[in-house]
Amino acid sequence: MSILINKDTKVIVQGFTGSEGTFHAEQCMAYGTNIVGGVTPGKGGQEHLGKPVFNTVKEAVASTGATVSMVFVPPAFVGDAVMEAASAGIELAVIITEGAPVKDMQAAKACAVKNGMMTIGPNCPGIITADECKIGIMPGNIFKKGNVGLISKSGTLTYEGANQVVNEGYGITTAVGIGGDPIIGLSYKQLLKMFQEDPETEAIVMIGEIGGDLEIQAAKFIEENITKPVVAFIAGQTAPKGKRMGHAGAIISGTAGTAKEKMDALESAGVKVVVSPAEIGKAIKEVLS
Amino acid sequence: MNIHEYQAKQIFQKYGVPTPRGIIANTPDEAVANAKELGGKIWVVKAQIHAGGRGLGGGVKLAKSIDEVRELADEILGMTLVTHQTGPEGKLVQKVYIEEGANIVDELYLSVVLDRAAEMPIIMASTEGGMDIETVAAKTPEKIIKVAVDPAYGFQGFHGRELVFGLGITDKAEQKKMIQFASKLYKLYMENDAEMIEINPLIKTAEGDFLALDGKMGFDDSALGRHPDIEAMRDISEEDPDEREASQYGLSYIALDGEIGCMVNGAGLAMGTMDTINYMGGTPANFLDVGGTANAQTVAKGFEIILKNPNVKAIFVNIFGGIVRCDRIANGILEATKLVDVNVPVIVRLDGTNAPEAAEILKNANIDNIITATDLGDGAAKAVAAAKGE
Repeated sequence: MSILINKDTKVIVQGFTGSEGTFHAEQCMAYGTNIVGGVTPGKGGQEHLGKPVFNTVKEAVASTGATVSMVFVPPAFVGDAVMEAASAGIELAVIITEGAPVKDMQAAKACAVKNGMMTIGPNCPGIITADECKIGIMPGNIFKKGNVGLISKSGTLTYEGANQVVNEGYGITTAVGIGGDPIIGLSYKQLLKMFQEDPETEAIVMIGEIGGDLEIQAAKFIEENITKPVVAFIAGQTAPKGKRMGHAGAIISGTAGTAKEKMDALESAGVKVVVSPAEIGKAIKEVLS
Repeated sequence: MNIHEYQAKQIFQKYGVPTPRGIIANTPDEAVANAKELGGKIWVVKAQIHAGGRGLGGGVKLAKSIDEVRELADEILGMTLVTHQTGPEGKLVQKVYIEEGANIVDELYLSVVLDRAAEMPIIMASTEGGMDIETVAAKTPEKIIKVAVDPAYGFQGFHGRELVFGLGITDKAEQKKMIQFASKLYKLYMENDAEMIEINPLIKTAEGDFLALDGKMGFDDSALGRHPDIEAMRDISEEDPDEREASQYGLSYIALDGEIGCMVNGAGLAMGTMDTINYMGGTPANFLDVGGTANAQTVAKGFEIILKNPNVKAIFVNIFGGIVRCDRIANGILEATKLVDVNVPVIVRLDGTNAPEAAEILKNANIDNIITATDLGDGAAKAVAAAKGE
């Protein structure tokens, strides 16, 4: 078992024939991901990496039965691509591209929600179910199969966390990089719930960052709903206070979003909070033994 | 990207959001000429820097004569203004805005910002203008009115009514003016990909008009490509020169006041590395994210920027390669030792994509002050020890 994706998941790539799309689609296929085709407008009918290319997501879905899309289009086209996927009946879009305008993502997310499509990202490493399916840009070899679920805002801390879990003799069910942009898709709450319901996952690593209040909300959710052990690290305890212009951002969330606030909230929700990412592996060993 | 008050007001005026009249000045002579052109008997001389709290810091002053305009402009231009938002080093004032005085009878607060939880813009208003609004929000949250606007439907009549009744505005004409003010502000927020607009205070004049007496605006950097007019407002003198140089090489750099230089891939791991150094009793000298496209040249540049800081006693290179290939980083370190005089110990931890090749490269180079580390904890411990001269 795993969450969201497995070896049978049919995946298409939006931005399939571009250099990034090509490189990472190849890596994903080498990992075992069932990529069934891709979309590049104007190149429909061609073949790329041995898979069919379509002009539209609608055609790709009709022809391949794909349910998940990996989005690699350039930043200015991300909003459009996500809305196309949502309108074509895709169930999950994994958005890797960095630098999509916030206004575009706001509209795209609203469209996804309306069409019942889940999203991950943007600006994230993607999602991986160990030894089965990788949809993203993470180095697949460090994710050995096991019983720990991982959720992280940061890409490289996803790798660091997974690596430590593996080095302690444990492994990963599914790891998800949710991204740290102002508008993101699946967040801690929904993924924590999925890991709670996944029979194979026995513990969860949650990696957060300063800013915003998602981790605070997650702490409340964990207290009320999660019975599996959770290990958390919040990056940015030593980050300098940002030089800001206005105050509106802090008022809106009702929190300054400091690492300390988040660590305290998680700790009082019963989470094992570590002060350095170097302690994640040890903490997992502790909660699982 | 942030802009100055006078630039924000130019945008306000373009959209019909009322402001007092004002003209920007670079010298006391220009300030005097501007005051004469504006006419009247009272002028406000306002320092233009990218930070709030200018009034308390002595950067906003009232002049009651043309001579006083010259005196104040002379005093404020060239001063280093320190406010609670500039950091202790302050900011050099290079421009002053000369604005006509206004008959203020009331001070309000109005802002538009993205509500991340609601995933839509929110308009916030308060009767407590001219105050530190974060204190108002903390102590009397009921005095902050919040109205979320879904861009799918735009600013509707009810949004306006919630605002004016919430602010206790009862006069019909005034209600209409305030609703128009807020609706235009929302429009300019959306059309320019703004990240934040804040007006504090928004004043009511004796004549019953509402004016933006201040204006702060920030924009979504990812959307600047489609707003060349906004991008042209960038003031590079407001940016740290080292941070700017770093960004030209795809590096994200922020100077800190510790002793251990850091070079890391990814913002999260970079912060995590600083946290670990701190946890082990050291102090980070900087935040440096080499990004996803790091190569030999960018790594060498990173070393150069880190070593400009005389406080640096050791450098910790911590890379977990995903897209970034460790062998390229290793070559970059070797390149850097040829280009820059690396006179401090360099602790190197390379993990992930092509890590074995990288280890081989560093081993064969056999450079005295390069110390390899097996993992994050080991690397941080060695860096802290090296910085202490152990």
